[in-house]
Amino acid sequence: MNPPPGKDGPVTSTTAAPREDVALLETRGLTKHFPLRRGLLGRVAGQVRAVDGVDLRVPARRTVALVGESGCGKSTLGRCLLRVYEPTAGQILFRDPADGGTVDLAALDEAALKPYRSQIRMVFQDPFASLNPRMTLLQIVGEPLRVNRGLGREELEEQVAELLRRVGLRPEHMRRYPNAFSGGQRQRVGIARALALSPRLVVADEAVSALDVSVRAQILNLLKDLQDEEDLTYLFISHDLGVVEYMADEVVVMYVGRIVETGATDELYGRPLHPYTEALLSAVPDPDPTARRQERIVLRGEVADPSRVPAGCPFHPRCFHARDRCATEVPALREIRPGRKAACHFAEELELRGVRS
Amino acid sequence: MSETVLRVRGLRTHFTLDDGVVKAVDGVDLDIARGETLAVVGESGCGKSVMARSILRLVDRPGRITGGEIWVRQPPDGMVDLVSADTRAVRAVRGKRIAMVFQEPMTSMSPMHTLGNQIGEVILLHERVTKAEARRRTIELLGRVDIPDPRRRVDEYPFQMSGGMLQRAMIAMALACNPELLIADEPTTALDVTTQARILELLRSLQDDFGMAVMLITHDLGVAAQMADRVAVMYMGNVVERGDVVSVFRSPRHPYTKALLRSIPRLGTGARERLRPVRGMVPHAYRRPSGCPFHSRCEEFMAGRCDVTVPPPVAGPEPGREVRCLLYEGTGAAPDRAGGPGNHPDSHRESREEEGT
Ligand SMILES: Nc1ncnc2c1ncn2[C@@H]1O[C@H](COP(=O)(O)OP(=O)(O)O)[C@@H](O)[C@H]1O
Ligand SMILES: Nc1ncnc2c1ncn2[C@@H]1O[C@H](COP(=O)(O)OP(=O)(O)O)[C@@H](O)[C@H]1O
Ligand code: SF4
Ligand code: SF4
Ligand SMILES: [Mg+2]
Ligand SMILES: [Mg+2]
Repeated sequence: MNPPPGKDGPVTSTTAAPREDVALLETRGLTKHFPLRRGLLGRVAGQVRAVDGVDLRVPARRTVALVGESGCGKSTLGRCLLRVYEPTAGQILFRDPADGGTVDLAALDEAALKPYRSQIRMVFQDPFASLNPRMTLLQIVGEPLRVNRGLGREELEEQVAELLRRVGLRPEHMRRYPNAFSGGQRQRVGIARALALSPRLVVADEAVSALDVSVRAQILNLLKDLQDEEDLTYLFISHDLGVVEYMADEVVVMYVGRIVETGATDELYGRPLHPYTEALLSAVPDPDPTARRQERIVLRGEVADPSRVPAGCPFHPRCFHARDRCATEVPALREIRPGRKAACHFAEELELRGVRS
Repeated sequence: MSETVLRVRGLRTHFTLDDGVVKAVDGVDLDIARGETLAVVGESGCGKSVMARSILRLVDRPGRITGGEIWVRQPPDGMVDLVSADTRAVRAVRGKRIAMVFQEPMTSMSPMHTLGNQIGEVILLHERVTKAEARRRTIELLGRVDIPDPRRRVDEYPFQMSGGMLQRAMIAMALACNPELLIADEPTTALDVTTQARILELLRSLQDDFGMAVMLITHDLGVAAQMADRVAVMYMGNVVERGDVVSVFRSPRHPYTKALLRSIPRLGTGARERLRPVRGMVPHAYRRPSGCPFHSRCEEFMAGRCDVTVPPPVAGPEPGREVRCLLYEGTGAAPDRAGGPGNHPDSHRESREEEGT
């Protein structure tokens, strides 16, 4: 099935969304620790500090990307926002569209949380695993509408048809099952389902990572168009820095459960302030064969284990710039210059390399 | 320097199933010279893995090589066609002169045996050495692929290692017999960019040390651009374009290659330009389009020609380049179609040396 016609022309509106700097969502000290169990009796032998005191700010109608190596806590953070996981500590402040006030989602009980569940929705990585093979598209996309809005059959079909059309699928296919569709089409179904209740925040967790390049580009363009059409805010979780640069207004870099750097995408890519960000950017293979970078930074060692976070700066065992102080003193995430934060003792003096612009 | 280690001509591998025939590989031509890296790129399902497995005669039923030639160097100075060769000749090549690594390390490793036993066994199978010597070589290899503390690791089991480390151990196993060609099928696809960068750098340095050629199968055009001397672009079981990496990426000829390159975000260019994905999607394997297999998605489609005529390969404009597209019919010389152990297509080598990468 082809994407909606007329969507491949030059773009005019990717940055045209009004620059509203009101935070739709903000976390304060958000923390999620999993008990680490060992041995036959499942004795708790420690804590996996998957997310550890995260202050995240997601402005309305913008795309904030969460990046970092696997295991750094991106998915756990995303799931805490939807209270799929119960946070161990911290606040999740969500701006209530009804009255403009904020509510702490982390503090609500299940009943009070219910109206907010339709405002924050998730799109997952694996379109194959995340759709029930025994449900038709009508059932899959219509389920949230039926449960939350109590729509009758006719109305339901009408709305599902409209949703399918909006994500570039044919409404006449609504009685088919997921296995009749390709990976890219299934991801469109997942997006239609996420949009069914007109959410305000969509958490896209590696939503295009399993897709082939051409299909991936179709879905990325679709996500951008939908953002403009529906005033959506995205938390875009991805380990692919090329895709992130294309999608995100702001980038948040995580390392072992903590934020190590934040900033506007162009600035952060142009001149990273944290050695970890520099290493990540340097590792991305550039599709230009004449731009083979001679001095690629190749990180030593393995990602730190979140159940045994190194003392001092968690990145110090792998950092090429580490000094004595780094092994003992934890660097705080602090503002280095307006709009730019980094958690590195030497962020001001290091001359780090970004990607050329 | 200019010896051909692998020359594939007209390779066809078909799967005969109840519902029809899947022409997974349908007339592939490839050449790899000593010490060079050929990247094979293309979206999932285009036949990369089946092609690679065909070369080692590892296709399982109902798959069958139905045509073509696979010429492999046979010391001292002959060549042998693996398609018509007997099992003994194939075994002499497999794992010894041509080795293979896969995306999933556990496809070639056993969870039940230590690294030392598994790699040692490969050495003992192919060479007349003592057990002690095999163990010594194993430790050396593990060190060579960057595994920390190889003397201890040699007695560990796969589950005790991280994904990146396992991938390196598998490369060590593939190197055990000093192959002249390493076929690496998506060796870094499941890994983080940082880990990927390490593996790619390792492959490069091993190539320098051992002088082996590499066939690097990847769907990541960035990886191809950074690693390859030459590149082959596959679509529906066919190599639709090939040539040295710089000219193919700089001035692609086939509409599919052009479209692929347009659909990836380029790091450092931000979101300024909208991605232009390939239209539509790959047809179902049973519904292979008539004429040019790409015609259902091609922006240059010529009615009455592209849906009728199967495009023959056309050589040029640079030496060693070849494209299968009717737009170029009659513009270039017919490429070297000769199979057999005879003449090397020397044009390839010249272009590579000029590139001086
Ligand atoms: N349900 C869980 N139980 C225990 N540990 C978990 C669970 N989910 C995630 N973790 C651990 O938390 C850390 C962060 O994981 P995750 O959030 O999935 O990272 P990412 O999405 O960045 O790859 C990892 O060490 C992971 O093993
Ligand atoms: N065992 C099999 N039986 C039937 N079809 C197969 C089998 N293995 C591969 N194929 C088909 O062959 C084609 C090429 O597959 P493959 O080589 O795995 O693609 P790639 O590696 O490029 O993703 C696909 O259409 C796939 O479905
Ligand atoms: S604080 Fe030290 S170890 Fe940490 S990133 Fe900065 S220089 Fe590196
Ligand atoms: S032969 Fe025709 S359909 Fe095929 S790639 Fe060339 S122009 Fe497109
Ligand atoms: Mg994750
Ligand atoms: Mg494959």
